[in-house]
Amino acid sequence: MTLANKHINRRSFLKVSALAGGGMVLSFSWLAGCKPTAKEELLALPKEWFELNSYIKIGENGTVTLFSANPEFGSNVITSMPMILAEELDVDWKKVMVEQADFFPVRFERQFTGGSQGIRQGWTPLRTAGATARQMLVNAAAQTWQVPAEEITTEAGTIIHKASNKKAGYGEMASLASTLGVPEEVKLKEIKDFKIIGNSKKNVEGLKIVMGKPLFAIDHKVEGMLYAAIVHPPGFGMKLKAFDGASVKSMPGVKDVFSIKVFNDDYERNFFDTATFDEMVAIVGNSTWEVLNAKKALKVDWEKAPESSFAVDARGNKITIKVPAGLENSADHKAKMTEYSQKPGNILRRDGDPEAAFKKAAKILERTYTAPFLAHNTMEPLNCFAHVTADQAVIYGPTQAPEFIMGTLSNRLGLPKEKIQINLARMGGGFGRRAYSHQMVEAALISQKVNAPIKMTYTREDDMTSGVYRPTYSATYRAALDENNNLTAFHVKAGGIPETPIAPNRFPAGAIDNYLAEGWEISSNITIGAFRAPRSNFIASAEQSFLDELAEEMGKDPIAFRLELLDRAKTNPVGEKNDYDAGRYAGVLELVREKSKWDSPEPNVHRGVSAYFCHNSYVAEVLDIEIQNSKPVVKNVIAAVDCGIVVNPDAAANMGEGAIVDGIGNAFFGDLPFKVGVPEKTNFDKYRMIRQMESPKSIEVHFVKNDIDPTGLGEPLFPPVFAALANSLYKATGRRYYDQPFAPQLEMQNLTM
Amino acid sequence: MATINLNVNGKKQTIDVDPNTPVLWVLRDHLNLTGTKYGCGIAQCGACTIHLGGIAVRSCQLPVSSVENQEITTIEGLSENGDHPVQQAWMEHDVPQCGYCQAGQIMTAVALLKNNPTPSDAEIETGMNGNICRCGTYLRIKEAVKTASKSL
Ligand code: FES
Ligand code: FES
Repeated sequence: MTLANKHINRRSFLKVSALAGGGMVLSFSWLAGCKPTAKEELLALPKEWFELNSYIKIGENGTVTLFSANPEFGSNVITSMPMILAEELDVDWKKVMVEQADFFPVRFERQFTGGSQGIRQGWTPLRTAGATARQMLVNAAAQTWQVPAEEITTEAGTIIHKASNKKAGYGEMASLASTLGVPEEVKLKEIKDFKIIGNSKKNVEGLKIVMGKPLFAIDHKVEGMLYAAIVHPPGFGMKLKAFDGASVKSMPGVKDVFSIKVFNDDYERNFFDTATFDEMVAIVGNSTWEVLNAKKALKVDWEKAPESSFAVDARGNKITIKVPAGLENSADHKAKMTEYSQKPGNILRRDGDPEAAFKKAAKILERTYTAPFLAHNTMEPLNCFAHVTADQAVIYGPTQAPEFIMGTLSNRLGLPKEKIQINLARMGGGFGRRAYSHQMVEAALISQKVNAPIKMTYTREDDMTSGVYRPTYSATYRAALDENNNLTAFHVKAGGIPETPIAPNRFPAGAIDNYLAEGWEISSNITIGAFRAPRSNFIASAEQSFLDELAEEMGKDPIAFRLELLDRAKTNPVGEKNDYDAGRYAGVLELVREKSKWDSPEPNVHRGVSAYFCHNSYVAEVLDIEIQNSKPVVKNVIAAVDCGIVVNPDAAANMGEGAIVDGIGNAFFGDLPFKVGVPEKTNFDKYRMIRQMESPKSIEVHFVKNDIDPTGLGEPLFPPVFAALANSLYKATGRRYYDQPFAPQLEMQNLTM
Repeated sequence: MATINLNVNGKKQTIDVDPNTPVLWVLRDHLNLTGTKYGCGIAQCGACTIHLGGIAVRSCQLPVSSVENQEITTIEGLSENGDHPVQQAWMEHDVPQCGYCQAGQIMTAVALLKNNPTPSDAEIETGMNGNICRCGTYLRIKEAVKTASKSL
């Protein structure tokens, strides 16, 4: 029996009474007067709802509404998180309706989607919320029937007292339950008794999506709403000098043209307050097309931005960020990175005496890997609806991190936080980009200026050139081998513009006596941000490509070689700070070896393997390539994943498949180069995205079965696939691929891409 | 500004709009049919796919003046309740992740199956190649097209 203490998530247990008069209690979707969905109609809305806690309300007819507190960007937390609630509440999933909660920090603890943390951090709070509500229903029945609560059981929304043969639906007890005290301690289910968790449930918004319902902020419209576009500097290191508003003000449908400034000058930014352009021009009008026409016609002068700096409170750590002046080029980035990779870096971890081991080595293998800047390219471009009046603001937009923009909005609008409501839209993709929500401030400022509700939409070009990219990186690996071809030392030195990708305590640290990790950084005015598995998405590709080549050099099977290292890390680890579980890591390699029939490959198939641990989950992948008519075709990708308990297996597989496709796409094609500060690709004609024809022909995602509390899944399948691809391409072509993207090199080998 | 007669999802209507406005923005801003999505504006991503006389076209590059009185179908016009076989297949395979590209994918798939009711894998790949899915749901899209092909 697990006892959970309700104090772990104090806010979630606030009752509705405590919120009376709190104002913005009703969810936005209700306020907006949406028509009920087919399921809602089918379930028959109750006459009255009784709220048992922040996540759960039950109607007198037994219908259950569960709130999904985290923003939804496609990982389907809107289904899987309510599944956790429903499991412990013990209800029939068919009777459940799910509603997206708006940003409501009084009621919800952590409304953030990112870092693959939603399920991991929601697990115990959500189970506890479900179990607590169930216990309140049981207590209500105990009181009504005058029997001990301990004798009462529940089953799929029915409360049962066997001895007296009494039964009641949750709906019958909901009214009384909602008035009872919250139990101090509740019993959580045994994992073996789970009925909902572990059984795939369809996306609760599936029907709305396939019907094209207005789920996204970009679809939002209210009476009297105006449309807005922005014009931001064309490149990094540039700023607004002047614009000629009069040149477009007389164009049809145009209402106003003005400049906006995202931050107050003395504002201390938070970690997620990255905004590339502090000042830009806004155009407001009657329709999207009219403001886009004006945007094209607007005369704007830009000038070089001088070096600048701003204060940041990075999670309690007060720092000053310097933004260098200059118009940067990719060619210079490459030259500088080569220079830095040859200089000593900052030592991040050192075990044994690596220098001596390298001196003594019979053979040294040294390889350098690079990857370019990447744009997130969420399918839905940045956009936001805002309605700001003298004393309040309603903001509705795609954001992964409402709490990180609330303070910024409050500071810039001059409104207290209680007067600002952020409503959470379904996001057309996130991938980290929407952890940075400057577009909410931009939309709010535009609305404030024109004194009307507005919807601001970035064009694809605005979006792709707005920064907050995945950085460019370089990593140099060295391995020392003795005369018997034994590995005696390992050295990694990696850096990037503007951050290093190294996690110095990850594998293979801990598996090698003499180990050295160094990092370096080169500053830049090109803004960066989280991009699906930040840093891991590059360092995994470099490390796992290098281990493949090293295994070959040592005459070892690449899986067996990794398992040997992991065995050392497990039985006799070097150092104490190793941040991975070598047994679980080996487990996914063993599972992928079995599932891929690694030891008996099919003829004409070229396979590569790769494994990585990040975001608390372990993944190994085997990727098969066939060359068909001079074209490398990814036939199959087999993934083995250890993320503990899997809440919604089919949705989890979908997420894994997507991460694998995303990784293959970026490894083949992803590249955002710069010339005199300007991104050289601004739309999908030049920025090549993976499409149906390049997608793998088959993907299998296998989960390790265990009872470990679940960890995240949005990111961990992404980093290893780059090297699995590179390693299989090597088998197919006889050439190693050190520089991403691979497609241009493959084309030089007369392969068609 | 010009008066344009439109026939969208079986409904005839007249709007007053700049005749160069792409159909995409007419649908989204003027007719409140926001299921058709903006993704690139340059006919590269397929998010804005609609049917013009039953043929899949990119509405982002299609001036509204060129479609007067022609039969336009959008995702909202595909079925009343989401029970078109392609929509059903999409739900059966739980295709969407973020969902943003899916209306365009579905409209392309419906047109593909109309021309070729039993496409091969290679034909599905070619037929669906114009629609980007940033979330990478391509395999499920392919499976859903195959399922729909059986039930059409
Ligand atoms: S928006 Fe029309 S093809 Fe991309
Ligand atoms: S489901 Fe997100 S872009 Fe296709």
